[in-house]
Amino acid sequence: MTAISLKVNGHVHKVDVPPETPLLYVLSDDLQLRGPKFGCGLAQCGACTVIIQGKAVRSCVMPVSAVKNREVTTLEGIGTPERPHAIQQDFIDEGAAQCGFCLSGVILSAKALLDDNPKASDEQIQEALSNVLCRCFAHTRMMRAIKRYQARRA
Amino acid sequence: MKKELSRRDFLKASGILVVSFSASSVIEPLAAAQGPFDTHPSHVNPDKLDSWLAVASDGTVTAYTGKCDLGQGMYTVQTQLVAEELCVSIEKVKLIQCDTSVTPDQGTTSGSQSTPTNFNTRNLAQAAATAREALIGMAAQKLGVPGDQLTVADGAVSAAGGRRVSYSDLVGGKHFDLAVSATAKRRSPSEWKVLGTSVPSLDRVALMTGTFEFVHNVHVPGMVHGRVVRPPEIGATVEHVDEMSVQHIPGLIKVVVKNNFVGVVAEKQWQAAQAAKDLKVTWKPGAGLPAQKELYDYIRKQASRDVMVVNSKDVDDKLKSAAHVLKATYSYPYQAHGSMGSSCAVADVQADHATIWSPTQSVYPTQHGISMLTGLTAENVRVIFVRGSGCYGLNAADTVSYDAALLSQAVHKPVRVQLTRQDEFLSENYGSACVIEQQVGIDANGAIQAWDCDAWSISLGGRPGYGKPGNVITGMLAGFDPEMVTPRAAAEPTGELRNGSNAVPSYVAGCINGKCGGAGSIRSERVLMHSVPSPFFTGPLRSPLRLQNTFAHECFMDEVSTYAKADPVAFRLQHLSDARIIGVVKAAAQKANWVARPSPEHGNARGGKVTGRGIACVAYEGGNGYAALIAEVEVDQASGRVQPKRFIAALDCGPISNPDGLRNQIEGGVLQGTSRALSEEITWDERKVTSIDWRSYHTLPLGIQAPIFESVLVDQPAAKATGAGETAITLAAAAIGNAIFDATGARIRQVPFTAERVREALAARG
Repeated sequence: MTAISLKVNGHVHKVDVPPETPLLYVLSDDLQLRGPKFGCGLAQCGACTVIIQGKAVRSCVMPVSAVKNREVTTLEGIGTPERPHAIQQDFIDEGAAQCGFCLSGVILSAKALLDDNPKASDEQIQEALSNVLCRCFAHTRMMRAIKRYQARRA
Repeated sequence: MKKELSRRDFLKASGILVVSFSASSVIEPLAAAQGPFDTHPSHVNPDKLDSWLAVASDGTVTAYTGKCDLGQGMYTVQTQLVAEELCVSIEKVKLIQCDTSVTPDQGTTSGSQSTPTNFNTRNLAQAAATAREALIGMAAQKLGVPGDQLTVADGAVSAAGGRRVSYSDLVGGKHFDLAVSATAKRRSPSEWKVLGTSVPSLDRVALMTGTFEFVHNVHVPGMVHGRVVRPPEIGATVEHVDEMSVQHIPGLIKVVVKNNFVGVVAEKQWQAAQAAKDLKVTWKPGAGLPAQKELYDYIRKQASRDVMVVNSKDVDDKLKSAAHVLKATYSYPYQAHGSMGSSCAVADVQADHATIWSPTQSVYPTQHGISMLTGLTAENVRVIFVRGSGCYGLNAADTVSYDAALLSQAVHKPVRVQLTRQDEFLSENYGSACVIEQQVGIDANGAIQAWDCDAWSISLGGRPGYGKPGNVITGMLAGFDPEMVTPRAAAEPTGELRNGSNAVPSYVAGCINGKCGGAGSIRSERVLMHSVPSPFFTGPLRSPLRLQNTFAHECFMDEVSTYAKADPVAFRLQHLSDARIIGVVKAAAQKANWVARPSPEHGNARGGKVTGRGIACVAYEGGNGYAALIAEVEVDQASGRVQPKRFIAALDCGPISNPDGLRNQIEGGVLQGTSRALSEEITWDERKVTSIDWRSYHTLPLGIQAPIFESVLVDQPAAKATGAGETAITLAAAAIGNAIFDATGARIRQVPFTAERVREALAARG
């Protein structure tokens, strides 16, 4: 094992894990964060999504050693229950979930896209979510929430 | 350590109720607590008010329910129910869900039964109404004012002139010591202040901000990590496990083998994952699998266990004398629950007791299953529901709970088991494949005279219940037998019509010995269900069999209406008799501005993109909710791609507890049904299942062009509350299939309607 230093949601953590350990396991087991979740372990569903340098990244296939000095932001890192981030508030207002297991993938993928490209077309939004799953199929509400967030950014 | 956290300890520990629970008054002798839920007796007696509700000294209310929130919103609506009946604000109510130490045994949270179970005149609703009346009675004594001159609001009882007494002053921290009263009066929907309103789901903020605790987030001190090694082929058995093959993995605690159950435990999750991957297991091959392309013939050739659901005994004669007979056969594949999160559970099995944190829909049955697997007595096994990923039925939630229990028992430590995606696809009980043969006789005017249906489904295992842990894969691997289908001829139906599988189409009268329970008017009727053995485990998947049967009935009804050159809505109404299903069909048609004409749309070209519309309707489980769905789709005739553009749903579930929650269920259900209709299918080769991830099992991603939804909520305040989570999904495949036909004139009788299958059907039009 190697001590690895990791900045997550503004805090620096030192974890003693093999460098090839997927980032997701460090976040959920060692740091006990609840946002990123194990959906497939294959980068096929989005449940483990985190943001690194403005990009939505699948933490289930990224070795923790590959994070290097970049800060990791999880779903609980962009806002709090008391002060949700704007996109979280939009999802709250639209009731855009059922079981909610998928939300890291949905919210953070949309946030990364629209923060980078606030004028993204519907096709570009669909493209950004083409590898994101919600098996409760709360799609229509989620798209409404995403469009709300986009309207705020415009 | 003592054997089990008692309900009293639990209440103390959770700070909810501080005094007066004595173990003797709560923990009943087993036989005394036989509940009304087709369940085993538990120590929480459902006849006692204190089993359902407690008022703390600070006026907060703790309610206990055996129906849990799986993402369908039951936490919120049950909280609304208690707040409504007790006349307290919703913030004052804390709901405890599904924990064998403290909640009544209400069996399984499934089958759209939570609302009918807890929202009518029994159980949680009746307990809350009993409590309100009891509090009024206590206040009457205290204030010296007759009860009928008192009003209740906001957790207090008031008399004229401003005298009031709070619930906490009346009973705070004390037992009610009352039986649940069957005659306590429910508040009527016209009085509702909390129920009937779109209270935002109470988990919403935690979910959106990543702070909600799923079972995947449970951490227990000293917890280590387990993984399982499933047989790669169906029916494979363990020949040899080479433990040395993983000795190099740091942190490895143990390789666990119990019959054909194989798992590993390590300090860290990544180590367990590596050990499961590297462990060399020699498997003795299974017997092989029937060819997938011949599945539907295979199903019909098996010796079957038959149930005659309805039989007027004149069907053959009526078919012979009919002006015309129409026949069609529909088939439906095995499908996966495909939960978003691969299943996870945490178990702490000690020498004399165990605690399991489980996403199961069935805490008490799981308690019994784990008792059988571990040898502990059931009362020493505590199963605590913690929400997992949406399950939609019997996903791997139960089996992973067994996995965790077996691994924890082997290492004497708390073990968290996370299934991989492949494990999940190999561990769940698939929705059954079906073949449904339909036949009707039509008179010279095009009216249906007789309806004959043979419905085959394929089955192995199922819910483990209280005594069949072998019904899911872990129990079977550990040495318990699954429930097998044993062939048996059908007896003639007796008693009342039982249409829980919707094998009986809505258009027949459903008469048994003169008593008619169907939703339609066709008197000559025969429905025979056949169950045959499956090579794969099967179990309930959202709207089990009801969806498959309804797909066949509602597509066939369209075929008949086309033959009769009738409008599909008018033709349905002509053969329906039940006012509530008629009501939803009319409501949907009106909302959609449905123009009466026969299907298909004659103006459509035979190439390029065309649009069409289709309708389907159902009396869910015969009467547990009513829905109609109109689908408008675009079909690209070059690619075969089907794009739903708009859905119009009308739904009647009795009094509506939470309109927005209901809309959420309708929208999600219809889209999930769309994914199942267009793309989902379990696949296999000669020996093994090959759909084991999201590249090989196809689901609609979030990035689809989402259709427009319009929902009509048909409120029936005077009716009983019914389920609502499975009605809309039941109709998606049929409505879409009918819309494809309307657009193109091509009838597709096999789900999923993949682009390839649509192209084949288009080519076959000639």
